[in-house]
Amino acid sequence: MSTAIPTIEEFVRSDYKYGFVSNIDTETLPPGLNEDIIRAISAKKNEPEFMLNWRLRAYRHWLTMTEPRWPKVTYPRVDYQSIIYYAAPKKKPQLGSLDEVDPELRRTFEKLGISLDEQKRLAGVAVDAVVDSVSVATTFQKDLEKHGIIFCSFSEAVQKHPDLVEKYLGSVVPHTDNFFAALNSAVFSDGSFCYVPKGVRCPMELSTYFRINTANTGQFERTLIIADEGSYVSYLEGCTAPMRDENQLHAAVVELVALDNAEIKYSTVQNWYPGDKEGRGGIYNFVTKRGIAKGRRSKISWTQVETGSAITWKYPSCILVGEESVGEFYSVALTNNYQQADTGTKMVHIGRNTRSTIVSKGISAGHGQNSYRGLVQIRPSAAGARNFSQCDSLLIGDKCGAHTFPYIEVKNDTAQLEHEATTSKIGEDQIFYCNQRGISKQDAVNMIVNGFCKEVFRELPMEFAVEAQKLLGVSLEGSVG
Amino acid sequence: MQPILEIRNLQAGVEGRHILKGISLTIQPGEIHAVMGPNGSGKSTLAAVLAGREGYDIVSGEVRYLGQDLLELDPEERARAGLFLAFQYPVEIPGVNSTYFLKAALNEIRKHRGLSEMDAIEFLGFVKDKIKLLELNEDLLKRPVNVGFSGGEKKRNEIFQMAVLEPRLAVLDETDSGLDIDALRVVSNGVNKLRSPQNAALVITHYQRLLNYIVPDFVHVLMDGRIVRSGGKELALELEERGYDWIAREQRLAA
Repeated sequence: MSTAIPTIEEFVRSDYKYGFVSNIDTETLPPGLNEDIIRAISAKKNEPEFMLNWRLRAYRHWLTMTEPRWPKVTYPRVDYQSIIYYAAPKKKPQLGSLDEVDPELRRTFEKLGISLDEQKRLAGVAVDAVVDSVSVATTFQKDLEKHGIIFCSFSEAVQKHPDLVEKYLGSVVPHTDNFFAALNSAVFSDGSFCYVPKGVRCPMELSTYFRINTANTGQFERTLIIADEGSYVSYLEGCTAPMRDENQLHAAVVELVALDNAEIKYSTVQNWYPGDKEGRGGIYNFVTKRGIAKGRRSKISWTQVETGSAITWKYPSCILVGEESVGEFYSVALTNNYQQADTGTKMVHIGRNTRSTIVSKGISAGHGQNSYRGLVQIRPSAAGARNFSQCDSLLIGDKCGAHTFPYIEVKNDTAQLEHEATTSKIGEDQIFYCNQRGISKQDAVNMIVNGFCKEVFRELPMEFAVEAQKLLGVSLEGSVG
Repeated sequence: MQPILEIRNLQAGVEGRHILKGISLTIQPGEIHAVMGPNGSGKSTLAAVLAGREGYDIVSGEVRYLGQDLLELDPEERARAGLFLAFQYPVEIPGVNSTYFLKAALNEIRKHRGLSEMDAIEFLGFVKDKIKLLELNEDLLKRPVNVGFSGGEKKRNEIFQMAVLEPRLAVLDETDSGLDIDALRVVSNGVNKLRSPQNAALVITHYQRLLNYIVPDFVHVLMDGRIVRSGGKELALELEERGYDWIAREQRLAA
């Protein structure tokens, strides 16, 4: 068997297709972090007083914190004084006029397969495009407005809907939450904002597309989605970055709020530059995502397909406060070459009869290290709570690793919890069996990996499920064809 | 007529062990050849080398399949060219639906033959009769490949796949092992239905009983990596009666 292992490894060598740099005229603030930089960011965004104060509070708190070392990932310390905290394409369009988007930016997004042209865009998806620190375009805003839905960049929301921002910003992830959330709160420069009013079912998929372009910058965006009573929204984020030898930091915060009978479905296809085959470069993806199912019978569902980044550290979580509220987490995390991922979820059951489901699929190839870390917490008030967790790991080759760290805390004895876990390996015998039926090695690996991830893919919006499958294929692509 | 398979003085091994020590065998269209032999004689190595399994080293010799150098081809190229191996131990592939798997396989082979690819509906129509031939339940098509199949189902599934893929040369590696008499009959019946003047089969088995159902044109006895005796179907009966030892003794005497 051992003689055959290199052949499998050939497949896990991949080429990153989004590694280009666009030549966009960019305005940046000098690198480094201090109160002046934060004041400068706030001033550039013309923010109201409450925002600046919030940022400064976060910054001062951040200074008292240390970078967490508990994740099962290793990387050199980040020099926070060498990062550029603000970079924006110079030619910013007037809000709402897509025609004025810099043609170079437009081409960048065309290359990524995202058209900012509403006529050409697949029907049914509205896009907010974020480059480096700012949102450059949001499509279909007018159509959405007819339904009372607000979908815009975070900066625009701060200007036009300060009351909503002030009410909900930091209400799910407070600025004191953790090191990276505090940093984000201090310096975040844009992101997406969405508010779906009472009883409205959002008629199209909303999506944000993040692109890091400028060298030495960090991307710190913030997304806030509020689903008012009885509303529904499905939201998707995607992301890519140029290939560079140095690491770049991405520290985002996502907050979701679901009121009575509201449902938020949040899907991520994360494809940041993963670094090269020797592990040089790549994005540090240190992200805090949390949703509060505040209302009765509300529901928050996270689906993530994580194929990019040198290091991924994120735990999209659900705080289940409302009675009978539901939290879901469906995840595929792939680590290839020298990528590391420590990801999972937290399900905090507070309300009575709350339910949660966790399905995590980790795929490790090359020298990749993949950890599932998850917390299921049943608070004393959560009578009748239920959780089902399933954590499966798939290994490709013999130099990678899969790890599972499940934490279960139960403080109410009427709760029911189930936990299932499996680890399997794509065997040479499986590949050979496929070969012997005429199926190439690469198709065989894709077939097996896609089969392994099926339960998660079917949670993704239709067209993105296809994209995610292709992305996994590309991430595992090798030189044999 | 061009032979389907010509093996000339094939020597091969695995992990430094020399297993096949000079095999020569020619299979013409329409013929069924049986290779029999005791455990460890090299039967499964022969099947693995023909199918192109990784990890086997070819020491010397030549194998021509339909006139081309078989050993030059990747395993999937051999399969697409119509060489089918019914596995002794069919492999489970969790998460991969049987229909999806077999349709992908069939379409690879059809592409190779210059035929158009079949869509899901055509495919289901096409396999319906074949699944009946093997007396398999249709819901097998909805299950992951070989997962949760009984031993007998796995073997029948191999022959079902063979019926769908319509190979020029089928290599059956101990397809009878672990089968009860009813399953043996079903499997053999499947193989017999697929016999044609254009195709051929190489049936590898330890026991003679399979050859009561799949009647071979030639029987070869493999011992210690060599074909030590070839004959007609009656050779199999003689082996059944007398075991392998007498051939071994004769071999030693001759040496």
